[in-house]
Amino acid sequence: MKGNRLIKVDYLARVEGEGSLYVKIKDNKVEDVKFKIFEPPRFFEAFLRGREYKEAPDISARICGICPIAYQMSAVTAMEQAFGMKVDGQLRALRRLIYCGEWIESHALHVYMLHAPDFLGYEDAIQLAKDYPDAVQRGLRLKKVGNDLMTIVGGREIHPINVRVGGFYKTPDKAKFKAITEELKWARDAAVETVKFVATLKFPDFERDYEFVALRHPSEYPLFEGHLVSNKGLDIEIKDYEQHFAEEHAKHSHALHSVLKARGAYFVGPLARYSLNYDRLTPLAQKCAKEAGLGKTCNNPFKSIIVRSVETVWACEEALRIIKEYERPDKPYVEANPRAAVGCGCSEAPRGICYHRYRLDDKGIILDAKIVPPTSQNQKTIEADLAEFVPQHLKLSDEKLTWQCEQAVRNYDPCISCATHFLKLHIERE
Amino acid sequence: MPTNAKPKLAVWKFASCDGCQLSLLDCEDELLAVAGAVEIANFPEATRALSKGPYDLSLVEGSITTSHDAERIQKVRKMSKYLITIGACATAGGIQALRNFANVTDFINYVYASPQYIETLHKSTPIGYHVFVDFELRGCPINKMQLVEVLSAFLNGRKPNTPAYGVCVECKLKGTPCVMVAQGTPCMGPVTHAGCGAICPSFDRGCYGCFGPKETANTISLSEQFHKSGVTDEQLIRAYRSFNACSDTFRKEGDAHERQ
Repeated sequence: MKGNRLIKVDYLARVEGEGSLYVKIKDNKVEDVKFKIFEPPRFFEAFLRGREYKEAPDISARICGICPIAYQMSAVTAMEQAFGMKVDGQLRALRRLIYCGEWIESHALHVYMLHAPDFLGYEDAIQLAKDYPDAVQRGLRLKKVGNDLMTIVGGREIHPINVRVGGFYKTPDKAKFKAITEELKWARDAAVETVKFVATLKFPDFERDYEFVALRHPSEYPLFEGHLVSNKGLDIEIKDYEQHFAEEHAKHSHALHSVLKARGAYFVGPLARYSLNYDRLTPLAQKCAKEAGLGKTCNNPFKSIIVRSVETVWACEEALRIIKEYERPDKPYVEANPRAAVGCGCSEAPRGICYHRYRLDDKGIILDAKIVPPTSQNQKTIEADLAEFVPQHLKLSDEKLTWQCEQAVRNYDPCISCATHFLKLHIERE
Repeated sequence: MPTNAKPKLAVWKFASCDGCQLSLLDCEDELLAVAGAVEIANFPEATRALSKGPYDLSLVEGSITTSHDAERIQKVRKMSKYLITIGACATAGGIQALRNFANVTDFINYVYASPQYIETLHKSTPIGYHVFVDFELRGCPINKMQLVEVLSAFLNGRKPNTPAYGVCVECKLKGTPCVMVAQGTPCMGPVTHAGCGAICPSFDRGCYGCFGPKETANTISLSEQFHKSGVTDEQLIRAYRSFNACSDTFRKEGDAHERQ
């Protein structure tokens, strides 16, 4: 094998959005790695200015069709912080419920349709379905349960219409959850089967000393509340995010790279959440993780497929708990009283934390907006993973190395549409 | 369509949120059947496998916002027997067409620290501004059952059954009481294209027009009604300038109130 190679993927598949990968190898050393985002910019933060606070959840949801609830929850919690509102009780529980729906849907999509084919050597889930029909059918049905949950609470699965600042437009009647309860019990068992299925896959021996960043709540597995914490000593309130994190603009990307001012690259998403919140998982989710060979932390990004499956078990259980305890509240929302203020919100999108900040005038018109999606926060870590992964696997043919590099990027379930508000693989061996 | 080989389906993405193409993957019950009826020849969100054109049916998501994409859509058209746009971005420019009402340079400077790295057009335009479109499927996002209907129709050589009447008709069919009459809630249903199944009014919320204008929409009359219920001109302009801001009907009505 010659020492100089160029590996490139011009249009990375099985990710959400448009991006490419470029790895340049000279004298068997990685000289350059670029994970490029060429998804055209859409300027959400610019056109949110002048819009009313009420519109932010619906408009920002359009950044991403895969995780609209993440945007809606970050937006509403930011507005509520600005206006000094507290949304609790059953309204808060319903918010967690619809978010569980998004996690189940997004995780099932990624585990079965986007990531599993890499491990088993298939181009896609439809090819996979020919040899593993039961697994793919299970994945599709699991995904559907997540979508159904979002539809019951939110009106539809993509860009739900029922989330508003203060709560919901209309709360569901308890009877609406009757049919889905049985399906969720099936989903919980299917998620347990999923953990067993993905635990049998072959994982590259690859671990790095990451700085994991996730929300941490005093008693719950985090969704949209808590402190932002890391395994390297970060422990801050959401409102202090911008004091500790900065965005850099790299020439090769339409997405801003996010860094920790003190320490640089960091890692958000399932591995970070799991490693920082293992003790907040349900006993069943912990048992599944243990049986799949995971410890209380996980530093192998390829094993994110197991962690996603464990989180799916958790999300099904959490949804069942919420539905069991649900009583329809008297009023579907808490009234908002706009005032001139700044509000910050942060929530755990399936692929990691999503931060929003809005500055509002006394009528609730948005003067400034800042949105930091999960994928832009992981970009630097993805590039660093590749820089370390490639030299360990130079014996592979270009074709195999390219595929494994793609897989290494898909570990992060990158959502490029989000990140530009990102993927081509390009490995160059000179 | 040739009967001896499976028709080739391609899915293309331009500036968008990926939600409309996700609708295809969201057809959990129908996906494997669809995959059995067609050859999925280009669908990067779902597969690494690519096969070369020409394609029998191209689904196009997203709007044109870069000169590169303006060239790419021409190539897609040339390679496609039928081209169907899916969603508000491809059909009406999407929410990113709000730049059309502002100065895009200001937008770039606002969002990016190094504006010189950003290449973008001044306007976000629908696919129909650039190439001939065989069928436009509305919605932000599209309704997945309508997508299955459109695929089925084109594969079988018939016209898709996607009514062009307003959301009001869907409310009547569903038995949802009118939120404007019963609750005084401003609702864009009277001027908005059907297809969603009138979701918002069934959640005690006024329609916000995400399927764009219906045929022969009387926006002037609706605006008068909105004024009577206390909606300001600023709010009215924002209502028309959202996910289908660049559709002729909504753009003209929004502009008319700005001039006043």
